[in-house]
Amino acid sequence: MSTTPPPKIRLRGLCKRFGDKMVLDGVDLDVQPGQGMVILGGSGSGKSVTIKCILGLIQPDSGSIEIDGQNVLAMGRREREALLDRTGMLFQNAALFDSLPVWENVCFKLLAQKRISRAQARDRAAEVLAQVGLAASVGDLPPNELSGGMQKRVGLARAIAASPDIIFFDEPTTGLDPIMGAVIDGLIVDVVQRLGATAVSITHDMASARRIGETAAMIHKGRIVWTGPAAALGETGNAMVDQFARGEREGPIQMELRK
Amino acid sequence: MLNPLSLLALIGRAVLAACRQIGALTLFALEALSHLVRAPFYPRMFARAFVEIAYFSLPVVALTAVFTGMVLALQSYSGFSRFGAESAIANVVVLSITRELGPVLAGLMVAGRIGAAFAAEIGTMRVTDQIDALTTLSTNPMKYLVAPRLLAGTLAMPLLVVVADVLGVMGGWIIGTTQLGFSSASYLTNTVNFVQFEDVFSGLVKAAVFGFVITLMGCWSGYTSRGGAQGVGAATTTAVVSSSILILALDYVVTAMFFG
Ligand SMILES: Nc1ncnc2c1ncn2[C@@H]1O[C@H](COP(=O)(O)OP(=O)(O)OP(=O)(O)O)[C@@H](O)[C@H]1O
Ligand SMILES: [Mg+2]
Repeated sequence: MSTTPPPKIRLRGLCKRFGDKMVLDGVDLDVQPGQGMVILGGSGSGKSVTIKCILGLIQPDSGSIEIDGQNVLAMGRREREALLDRTGMLFQNAALFDSLPVWENVCFKLLAQKRISRAQARDRAAEVLAQVGLAASVGDLPPNELSGGMQKRVGLARAIAASPDIIFFDEPTTGLDPIMGAVIDGLIVDVVQRLGATAVSITHDMASARRIGETAAMIHKGRIVWTGPAAALGETGNAMVDQFARGEREGPIQMELRK
Repeated sequence: MLNPLSLLALIGRAVLAACRQIGALTLFALEALSHLVRAPFYPRMFARAFVEIAYFSLPVVALTAVFTGMVLALQSYSGFSRFGAESAIANVVVLSITRELGPVLAGLMVAGRIGAAFAAEIGTMRVTDQIDALTTLSTNPMKYLVAPRLLAGTLAMPLLVVVADVLGVMGGWIIGTTQLGFSSASYLTNTVNFVQFEDVFSGLVKAAVFGFVITLMGCWSGYTSRGGAQGVGAATTTAVVSSSILILALDYVVTAMFFG
């Protein structure tokens, strides 16, 4: 028997089609515990769909998803909910609840599970908001009065408030200025280390990918075409990845501009 | 020329699609109901929906009821005076209001307000990933968004209809005493002596059924909406149109059950 722990997340042959459009066509991916994994890929290549499959928001057509060695797709609803209780997610468009003030958004899960009182939640929200560089007074605003970047940060605060051990970040720094982007990257690294969490991030920003990821994976045409250390992005020797990392128009990836 | 077989296929497809929709709607309703008996509960969400339905619909429902009562009195006077049966006006007003017009008109008003509001709110949450966000925060969206609204609708509508009944009768009384020459006492005596428990009760049962249907159609069309602002707009229309039609159809069913 080997003593190495199973990967935190293991995807095998994950397939998903919408109508007659094959979005995921056999995705294989391993994420080790405590690892920072970055997923790269062109717009519409299925990065968000992959994450939503892991979180049980989209039902894949075939393939397997294991978390801590347990097959999520074979589980009953209750077991699955218990497993997913330890995950956090930052959505690409933040997806804040617009009927609730920011502080209730941040502490939503803690409040819903009655882990803290409403009075405590305000303090806790202020604490988490400070971690993402927002003043406590932001807590009383409705989400629609925030700028896009602030919404992202509130979404981030909401994702980490309940101290999850797997966190998914869907483009955490898109729409932020470069400095705030770097701050958020630092925060992600920080939180992941402090919680000992496993982080899976999607990003288009190579600088950000190198900062938050130890390992990177590139998805193209519904498959993972390359996995390797994030530090090497740009000179990996894989023509596709290098083209993507350097943002070159000529290369093996042809953008389909006309259909 | 349309080939008769392809016409049949067209009809067949439409029928199948309708069956699928009805099946999906039924499952949706059953799942929502199952959450009403399983913890955790979200009393805040219930309270919010209840206030939204019962309190904020009061002005529309009240106005509708008063004017309907007034029109009823006027119309039945002009009709009944041909037979010298003016004295039956109070009876006609109270019977029509409690059995039919109170619940149906309140239902249609609330369908316009609440069905549309719920469909738009939940539809927007759907297309902006807020419903998915609920799931990732360990909160079942059916339990959090749908179940409390259904319960609130079912309980709030009968209350609204009690108000509508009282105000509708009052509308008739105003016209009866100020324009048709009734004495206030005899109009009210006629009303109270004539109306029976079953009249009011059947109206309240209708109200509860309508409240359930309105909130169900609102939540369902929002929950299943797809494709941005346009999808939400379509969901809103579907919610109002389908719940209005269902109100009129179910009105017949409940009436037949009580008085058929
Ligand atoms: N619910 C859905 N219904 C139908 N098609 C969908 C749905 N969700 C995603 N798709 C399709 O799947 C493809 C991949 O979408 P996805 O959101 O995963 O892209 P992405 O890799 O995250 O791109 P981006 O970097 O632009 O966010 C897209 O072509 C999209 O049209
Ligand atoms: Mg995406």
